[in-house]
Amino acid sequence: DLYFLCVYRSLMCHSLSLQGARMVASTRSFADFTPQKCELHRLEAGPSETAVLTREQGLQYYRTMQTMRRMELKADQLYKQKIIRGFCHLYDGQEACAMGIEAGINPTDHLITAYRAHGYTFTRGVSVREILAELTGRRGGVAKGKGGSMHMYAKHFYGGNGIVGAQVPLGAGVALACQYQGNNQVCVALYGDGAANQGQIFESFNMAALWKLPCIFICENNKFGMGTSVERSSASTDYFKRGDYIPGIKVDGMDVLCVREAIKFAADYCRAGKGPIVMELETYRYHGHSMSDPGVSYRSREEIQEVRSKSDPITMLKERMLSNNMASVEEIKEIDVEIRKVIEDAAQFAISDPEPPLDELCNHIFSVS
Amino acid sequence: TYSAFGKVSRPIDFLKIVNVRDALNQAMDEELERDERVFLLGEEVAQYDGAYKVSRGLWKKYGDKRIIDTPITEMGFAGIAVGAAFAGLRPICEFMTWNFSMQAIDQVINSAAKTYYMSAGAQPVPIVFRGPNGSSAGVAAQHSQCFAAWYGHCPGLKVVSPWNSEDARGLLKAAIRDDNPVVFLENELMYGVPFDLSEEVMQKDFVVPIGKAKVERQGTHITLVSHSRCVGFCLDAATVLAKEGVECEVVNLRTIRPLDVDTIEASVMKTGHLVTVEGGWPQYGVGAEICARVMEGPAFNYLDAPAVRVTGVDIPMPYAKILEDHSVPQIKDIIFSVKKVLNM
Repeated sequence: DLYFLCVYRSLMCHSLSLQGARMVASTRSFADFTPQKCELHRLEAGPSETAVLTREQGLQYYRTMQTMRRMELKADQLYKQKIIRGFCHLYDGQEACAMGIEAGINPTDHLITAYRAHGYTFTRGVSVREILAELTGRRGGVAKGKGGSMHMYAKHFYGGNGIVGAQVPLGAGVALACQYQGNNQVCVALYGDGAANQGQIFESFNMAALWKLPCIFICENNKFGMGTSVERSSASTDYFKRGDYIPGIKVDGMDVLCVREAIKFAADYCRAGKGPIVMELETYRYHGHSMSDPGVSYRSREEIQEVRSKSDPITMLKERMLSNNMASVEEIKEIDVEIRKVIEDAAQFAISDPEPPLDELCNHIFSVS
Repeated sequence: TYSAFGKVSRPIDFLKIVNVRDALNQAMDEELERDERVFLLGEEVAQYDGAYKVSRGLWKKYGDKRIIDTPITEMGFAGIAVGAAFAGLRPICEFMTWNFSMQAIDQVINSAAKTYYMSAGAQPVPIVFRGPNGSSAGVAAQHSQCFAAWYGHCPGLKVVSPWNSEDARGLLKAAIRDDNPVVFLENELMYGVPFDLSEEVMQKDFVVPIGKAKVERQGTHITLVSHSRCVGFCLDAATVLAKEGVECEVVNLRTIRPLDVDTIEASVMKTGHLVTVEGGWPQYGVGAEICARVMEGPAFNYLDAPAVRVTGVDIPMPYAKILEDHSVPQIKDIIFSVKKVLNM
């Protein structure tokens, strides 16, 4: 049952994970993963219903999602120790969204999101070190300690935005720049179910559709805007249909492959010059809205537990890989150990790095060319 | 005949007569030509030639890609403009009047003004927001507000307020070439006013530096500090007062933020007396800031009398002509204040 074609090279790249690991399993790519069929709005055909997952991809997705998960849990810990202060909106539970999106677009594409942004900051290329140090407000943070949780930036990543919904027109504007410059790039503009009723989002839909902007509007529906459930905030909870004249896709946001295939489809659609597209990712956050919210006054602990046990995105991926002999339990454990170390080192840095110097206070008001 | 530019076949002191509207139009035209990243968006800027004709002819020349008509959705298109600036373009976002910017003010302040700071310098926002500001004629309360103090309050923004055609041309070019968000406050009643522009001003690379005030008229007895249309009223008042032997120094702020405190202080230290003149409301306004700054610096010791502010009346703008006329600074109000300060 064991094949060794091509496995050697990919295994050599993960030399750390080889130590002590049994030689693994299959080198075959699996074309038999079936993302759930996505509900479509104004589309004849939708994303592919099968996905190919290579071992390399699987391990990479696992590593990335697990890093996000542990990073957010570390942030939780640091917040409770009062080393992180102010706003802290954690992403644990939603990792498949950020990972799936990143897997389906290019690094040269663009992305903007709201304040639950630590996961995207990571997938867009910022190190855990720089993220945690920004949360603790130190000079080694990605924004030198001046931005905080909601204001982290990277190349082709425009934050991190604190005003609910404001990031959506911004994302449409980035898409306009892509179209203007003719660079075949797309912009992913994310917002939550709470933001989905914002007028400026509909203004963005209108202009994006009129001008055929290469913008993928994505609603990360985690069922609650702060403590208000979707049923209590929205006359229509079919967020993928809210673009009306804009085609929409409803996606299982807990399944990284489903997200990936959907975003690939959406990106192709935009790149073909067909205009914008709306996606709704059904997902869930384990934490409350922010660290000030225990998250159980408006939903039951049972509900949270049920999602954790039945739909956790990382567990789902892991089980897929294990049951298809794409990875071994030991290998996964080793990755976990490595990640733990990365997080610990990053946390250590975030705690010990000094705060920004006072003479930074009035810098960066204006860019001087 | 020769000028600094070489042999010319016309008189050296050639002056072109250009009204403020055309000065703005020409400035945009030249900057659109100079840098292909520059583009204009707003309501009616393209096929209508601009609600106030400031963008006349630009769409015909540059087409749909560079001159974009937007739907009536300020919050949306201001945000789109800021996003385009994030991603490498240099948008000019027109508000039909600055009153409508209130719909989009979150994008101007939270998305544009603050981003360079929040990102610790990683994300500049090279955008110009422009449009007519302040009172017009008979457009009543919702269409007459002055936003100089509102935007002048915010770090991360540059706020400019041109008076004449030289200001309009030079400051708009400077604003478009600036890598920071600039709030450009025009005045509808000035659009049709012609001014002489020298050859130097007509050069393609002529810019008026942002953050520098201009002394429009030298004087010895009192300093009048103003911006936009009121500068003209100050000069008119100065002409009248000169007949009574009072020589006013008139300072044209040109920029609201950053405020050129040095020029103001130098003038006050020379004259010992200060009157500020603005169209906006008095409370927490431009004049209030000028007075506070003068108090905080060396010029305070040179004041022979308390400073006085001439402002718009602290009311929503009424409609009836007689009421409207009495809601904004008039030349007689400036003269009255000067005489009060000089104890005449």
